[in-house]
Amino acid sequence: MTTISGKKREKIDRLAELAGRDDERGVSLWQEAFRRLRRNPAAIVGAVILGLFLLVAIVGPFLVPHPADAQLWKGEIRDNIGYFPGPRAENWFGVDHIGRDEFSRMIIGARQTLLVGIVSTLIGLAVGSLLGGVAGAAAGLGGKWGRALDNVIMRFVDMLLAMPSLLLAISIAALLGSGLTTVMIAVGVVSVPVFARLLRGSMISQANSDYVLAATSLGVKKPKIALTHVVPNSLAPVIVQATLTLATAIIEAAALSFLGLGNNDASIPEWGVMLADAQRYLDAAPRLAVLPALAIIVTALGFTLLGEAMREALDPKLRK
Amino acid sequence: MFRFIVRRLLQLIPTLIGLSLLLFIWLRRLPGGPETAILGERGTPEMRAAIRRNFGLDEPILIQYGRFVRRLIKLDLGTSTSTKRPVVTEFIERFPGTVELTVMAMVIAIGIGIPLGYLAARRRGRMLDHLSVGGSLIGICIPVFFLAYVLKAIFSENLGWFPSSGRQDPTLGATRITNFFVFDGLMTREWDAAADALWHLVLPGLALASIPLAIIVRITRASVLEVLNEDFVRTAEAKGLTENTVRRRHVLRNAMLPVVTSIGLLTGSLLSGAVLTETVFAFSGIGAFVAEAIGQRDYPVLMGFILIIAVVYVLVNLLVDLSYSVIDPRVRVR
Amino acid sequence: MALLQVDDLSVTFARRGQRTVHAVDGVSFSVDAGEVVGLVGESGCGKSVTSLAIMGLLPKQPGLRVGGKAVFDGTDLLQLDDRSRRDIRGRDVAMIFQDPLSSLNPVIPIGLQVTEVLTRHRGMRGEAAKKEAADLLDRVGIPDPRRRLKEYPHQLSGGMRQRALIAMSVACQPRLLIADEPTTALDVTIQAQILELLKDLVRDSGTALVMITHDLGVVAGMCDTINVLYGGRVVETARRRPLFREPRHPYTVGLLGSVPCLDAGPGERLKPIPGSVRDLLAWPDGCAFAPRCARRIDECVGEPPELVLAHDGRSYRCLNPAPVPGTVPPWATGGRAATDPATDAPTAGAAAPAAADDATAGPVPAPREKEKP
Repeated sequence: MTTISGKKREKIDRLAELAGRDDERGVSLWQEAFRRLRRNPAAIVGAVILGLFLLVAIVGPFLVPHPADAQLWKGEIRDNIGYFPGPRAENWFGVDHIGRDEFSRMIIGARQTLLVGIVSTLIGLAVGSLLGGVAGAAAGLGGKWGRALDNVIMRFVDMLLAMPSLLLAISIAALLGSGLTTVMIAVGVVSVPVFARLLRGSMISQANSDYVLAATSLGVKKPKIALTHVVPNSLAPVIVQATLTLATAIIEAAALSFLGLGNNDASIPEWGVMLADAQRYLDAAPRLAVLPALAIIVTALGFTLLGEAMREALDPKLRK
Repeated sequence: MFRFIVRRLLQLIPTLIGLSLLLFIWLRRLPGGPETAILGERGTPEMRAAIRRNFGLDEPILIQYGRFVRRLIKLDLGTSTSTKRPVVTEFIERFPGTVELTVMAMVIAIGIGIPLGYLAARRRGRMLDHLSVGGSLIGICIPVFFLAYVLKAIFSENLGWFPSSGRQDPTLGATRITNFFVFDGLMTREWDAAADALWHLVLPGLALASIPLAIIVRITRASVLEVLNEDFVRTAEAKGLTENTVRRRHVLRNAMLPVVTSIGLLTGSLLSGAVLTETVFAFSGIGAFVAEAIGQRDYPVLMGFILIIAVVYVLVNLLVDLSYSVIDPRVRVR
Repeated sequence: MALLQVDDLSVTFARRGQRTVHAVDGVSFSVDAGEVVGLVGESGCGKSVTSLAIMGLLPKQPGLRVGGKAVFDGTDLLQLDDRSRRDIRGRDVAMIFQDPLSSLNPVIPIGLQVTEVLTRHRGMRGEAAKKEAADLLDRVGIPDPRRRLKEYPHQLSGGMRQRALIAMSVACQPRLLIADEPTTALDVTIQAQILELLKDLVRDSGTALVMITHDLGVVAGMCDTINVLYGGRVVETARRRPLFREPRHPYTVGLLGSVPCLDAGPGERLKPIPGSVRDLLAWPDGCAFAPRCARRIDECVGEPPELVLAHDGRSYRCLNPAPVPGTVPPWATGGRAATDPATDAPTAGAAAPAAADDATAGPVPAPREKEKP
């Protein structure tokens, strides 16, 4: 049965499509973006790095030769003269300052690093989207009260944004004490204002767009417009930002570890902690610092490259 | 212009109130509290309650907040639990070093970042462009403290070009007036002291500048690319102006607008980045002090640091707004 | 000798992995000193690209190729080096753009934007330049010019901005002025004022004007000669009156049919051209307009139609042109000339080519040099 509302929906969808596309061939935004991504060498490099990283993080820990916290070569370590066995057949990357296999710890650390990055980004994404979504909906669709609510939320968000990220993380870590959870929450909170602003801005600009006006004029209910048009269209920038945030999250987690606020559970190796711990043995065994540092840099680079490429691919200004 | 400043200052009030509220809540939520600080884990519940009463922690929350704000306004930030000296005194002593360091980093970031970003945009798709885009990506992805260690290892410990720690060679016996060592050296005409202090700033300055530099390069490049496509640049070209005039008057001036804004935003992250850099280079500024305070759970120091950064940040952004209104006439009328 | 002679101008954009785009595909036209010439066509027909190519203002990008000639006063503008091109731009050839707000630098006062031209080309500085700039603003009808010099573009109204842009372009009394849709972004009432202003300036100074527009109304009021562009080529050239009275190319006919007309009967409907500019055939495969053409015949597809020269300096590029009103269609008279004044011209037969046997009708081929990379 074709109801009036069904026809209306069809009409609106058509309108939204026309307004959202300058391409008459009907290639969707995402398909087009994907096509452009594949042609961008930076995106491919980023994707390859991330693919390797994910593979190592997910499969690696099952295959490592030694457990992360096994102190296997304690006898060989002479801390007082700063000697740790270097790379050799049974320890590809040598052993660390308390005799643990560095290679195994790097591999297991990949999973922990990924975990910290993803969980903290999800925290930021969830809280930020909630704040930004409510503010955006209030501003875009509400009346006087909507604007007031939007104002209050955004004042708060701006204040968070004004706080340098590391400082914010430090103060949160001070509240919660050091540990893996702290790092995740602290780093996550840092990205809350970014996501909030992003989603709100995107929603408001969508709400002011012609196709939403068209839908409104056809009598579609506001919450429905928000759900069917505004939110999906605001998603692209949020996904891009999440990819970029993963990179910063990993770097920031390392900084927190350096300040002694990070994970202090020796059985869970994490690149940031490994790097921070290795600072004391820079002269004796620079590899202990360089390896996790390189891993952090390359991974962050992968996320950034892919995120930037996605942003470019989705930017309507650059499409053509 | 004056009215603009006043209005901007008035707009700060809600932000400051919100900040003080956040700080107050933060302080109240901190684990421990004065009773733990004094008694440790020992002490009877009665003794704990007595101490809490002593500190006024049993009074209504609003009164406590009022007292807190009054203390903030009087710049009474309490006593550092690790050094047992007033936090404000500690900060005043160390502030000049951090200011010198951040100014140095800003000079490096702006001095290199803007020309490099501009050139990258002009030579889009060529070697220099790829290098600066790639370099700035790495600059963003490299942990600051690791870069600091690498710089120290290479340029100070291996090559010996720069000192590895401190703010000045103590054997120089330089005269201290303001604790801004470079400034003092210039004022007292102790040129070697000024040069030495400056020399000590180079490596930490570079490390601290890495992220702002990378960001400024990227923003400048993107902004110049955008302006190059603007209609008014085509108009300028159509007038037959020399390439030099077109670049300077029409491209650069407009491209600077977003860069100026970003510089304001970067100041806050510079101050917090100083925590990492100063620690690596044993540079006696606020940052190294705060890093220690974190390790010792010295909360009054932490709170003071947050406050200082917030105030500096707010002031710098006010300055940015003002300079923005000078560069962009469209802002001026409003 | 024409002031500007554009010959077989072509602009192609070749992007890696994409089809080469022929934005301009062999455009030829000429402009005499003091003449007002129109370039008319829908958006996407290549008229703006043509003007930018002549000025050397196409954004530099890999894959951009400009071919042909644009001879201005004896020098080919396309062959000039950057320096001499900058010397000519703004002094001998000036340009006005479509959107006056985005075409003015937002952070520089109007005064400096005018005086910088004077400084560059006429060596004027300081107070002299300011005085001249004020005079210029006054001449283009901006009241209180002294005060306006200190103002910024956002403080001016749309019409004022366009006047200021015009003042900048005529600052050095150029011999050729190119106006790219100068009134499109303006209100209707302001449009008329700006057109009047341009007309006056051109008449007073003897400047030749190339008017680029999609608006036939603008053309009707101003131009001496009109070139109609389609798909990157000139499809019809004529003086103003003949073009409006007896358009030959079906596209011109269609353009005129799309314009609402006051003396049309109440029941009479507009005759829009079906389809859009995107439905075009590549010129080498036939007539680009063929897919939308009401007068299409089989021969239209396969070979590009040659340029047909008719009497009175008019020409069109069509195998089956619209009949001249009031006369018998040419094929009815067996290919005889339908309009007699042209019988003594060497191209007489071309005035009424038989639809089927164009080979004998003697169309004059357009001068065309194949550009080989």
